[in-house]
Amino acid sequence: MATTDNAQPVGLPDERPPANTVGPVAWLRNNLFNTWYNAILTVLVLALLGSAIPPFLDWLLIKAHGLDATSQECRQGGGACWGFVNEKLRFIMFGTFPYDEQWRPFATIAIFIALLLASCDRRFWKPWFGLVWAAGLAAVAILMWGGVLGLTYVENTLWGGLPLTIILSVIGLAVAFPAAILLALGRRSNMPAVKVLCVTYIELIRGVPLISLLFMASVMFPLFLPNGVSVDKLLRAQVAFIMFAAAYMAEAIRGGLQAIPKGQYEAADGLGLGYWQKMRKIILPQALAVAIPPLVNTFISFFKDTSLVIIIGLYDLLGTAKAALSDPAWRGFYREAYLFIGVIYWIFCYSMSKYSQKLERDLNRSHRR
Amino acid sequence: MAQVAQQAQHTLSGEEIIRCTGVNKWYGEFHVLKNIDLSVQKGERIVVCGPSGSGKSTMIRCLNRLEEHQKGTIVVDGIELTNNLKNIELVRREVGMVFQHFNLFPHLTVLENCTLAPIWVRKKPKAEAEDIAMRYLKRVRIAEQANKYPGQLSGGQQQRVAIARSLCMSPKVMLFDEPTSALDPEMVKEVLDVMIGLAEDGMTMLCVTHEMGFAKSVADRVIFMDRGEIVEQDTPDRFFTNPKSERTKLFLSQILNH
Repeated sequence: MATTDNAQPVGLPDERPPANTVGPVAWLRNNLFNTWYNAILTVLVLALLGSAIPPFLDWLLIKAHGLDATSQECRQGGGACWGFVNEKLRFIMFGTFPYDEQWRPFATIAIFIALLLASCDRRFWKPWFGLVWAAGLAAVAILMWGGVLGLTYVENTLWGGLPLTIILSVIGLAVAFPAAILLALGRRSNMPAVKVLCVTYIELIRGVPLISLLFMASVMFPLFLPNGVSVDKLLRAQVAFIMFAAAYMAEAIRGGLQAIPKGQYEAADGLGLGYWQKMRKIILPQALAVAIPPLVNTFISFFKDTSLVIIIGLYDLLGTAKAALSDPAWRGFYREAYLFIGVIYWIFCYSMSKYSQKLERDLNRSHRR
Repeated sequence: MAQVAQQAQHTLSGEEIIRCTGVNKWYGEFHVLKNIDLSVQKGERIVVCGPSGSGKSTMIRCLNRLEEHQKGTIVVDGIELTNNLKNIELVRREVGMVFQHFNLFPHLTVLENCTLAPIWVRKKPKAEAEDIAMRYLKRVRIAEQANKYPGQLSGGQQQRVAIARSLCMSPKVMLFDEPTSALDPEMVKEVLDVMIGLAEDGMTMLCVTHEMGFAKSVADRVIFMDRGEIVEQDTPDRFFTNPKSERTKLFLSQILNH
């Protein structure tokens, strides 16, 4: 007790720690060279990085051909050919959307990014913000389809590239999320019929690969429809995504629900709250906060899994990059193509990851247990 | 001392608020409650004691149906507790409960903990609910912490908030399930003081506790339970000075002589 009390006149004065336990040298010794096997690992890793990074930078920047390079120049050897990305940029980003109208998918991307960034701010987590989203989605629909306000009509089979990836993943996750909450609650329900239904759905969907679900949506599903009735291919893929994402997210949310102590349910019951009040006000806010890491894990993997729609003939970002490579003039520059879209995917996924870490910190700060 | 501290027997209304008749409960094969008959009058203060595993917590948890009984009837405030969810919610509004582990909502501030049920269950306007909450937080002497989160408070403070949270629903009965058992010794008194204050204001209380000093000074009646049955019930002076059953004598000797 006395040692923490500064007003105490007696007691020993504070001393500096020994010089060999603080500072960069001490850090190196404690973390990189503290044992002989750690020292060996450190040296090996440094050697590996030393042999890998310079050639990569050489290819990436130093010997690379600039943005205005032609494919002939690039084929004479040297580093990366950024002329390819420059030449194919609009095709990779917007796919086969009519060239002169490509400001429309560009605006779509801008609207989505603005909405997503605004949604990160907890001050906007109010019911009215749902209306902002609805307005944003309506604007996106008008921009992409057109046919009104003097915009030419563009069939959705011509959509592609980044807008398609964002539409599939954002709308998919936004619809799947509330469905997942209901599935998770249903799985823990006291009502046997509801429980069996939810468990069956979750286990059935989780038990098949996403690819097979997409195939089913595109090939088998139309067989069950009466002649003449057809459901849009993009819509079918979107529904398959929602079904799949909901099952996975439901399990992440169930994990969160299980982490909530029984006392929380009892306290809510004891106050006379009804089931939905209890869930909405007490249980879900806590359970979802606990479930953030696995939920974000699902978000990230589904953002990337949208690239699987290529197998049913939709051209998302990965699909357009592949298609760009099939141009005979530019065949073979696959490294540049994949690196470029890899960076785009990475920016989105890393932002999600970073934001989720911030959200976790904020939520924990407000209610330290 | 105990005799002096003991307050004069206060007159009861004679109006019954809780009646249990032949209540039985099983956990699987295990018979936890055996033929419980209990009648509680308005304004009555009852302390329930007994060895651990005797069913005392289970019994008071049946009174707001946190536990379900399988045989017998429980009528609270004129409503019989059955599977009827509507009735259960009606009873729970009128019966406040304080738990051993406080069970405050950690994601809400102290004030929000207190206003949640009045706003959502009693449909009170937010401003009115906050007024009431501040009044009860003052009464448990914790109003200055209203905007903190439960995790920032000590155990004793949290338990006082839990009591205020229940009071905000203006319950007719308060149930206390070992409210001081999870507290550090120096915090027991601040919680007991609040409970004594409540008792003096005429609140109907059922309290499962090992605090025999509290029983002596506040209770109208002490109920002793053992192995699922009510073995003995009497006024505190007779219960502590002249217990009738051997089991009660054994229990009292174990908790009083250490």
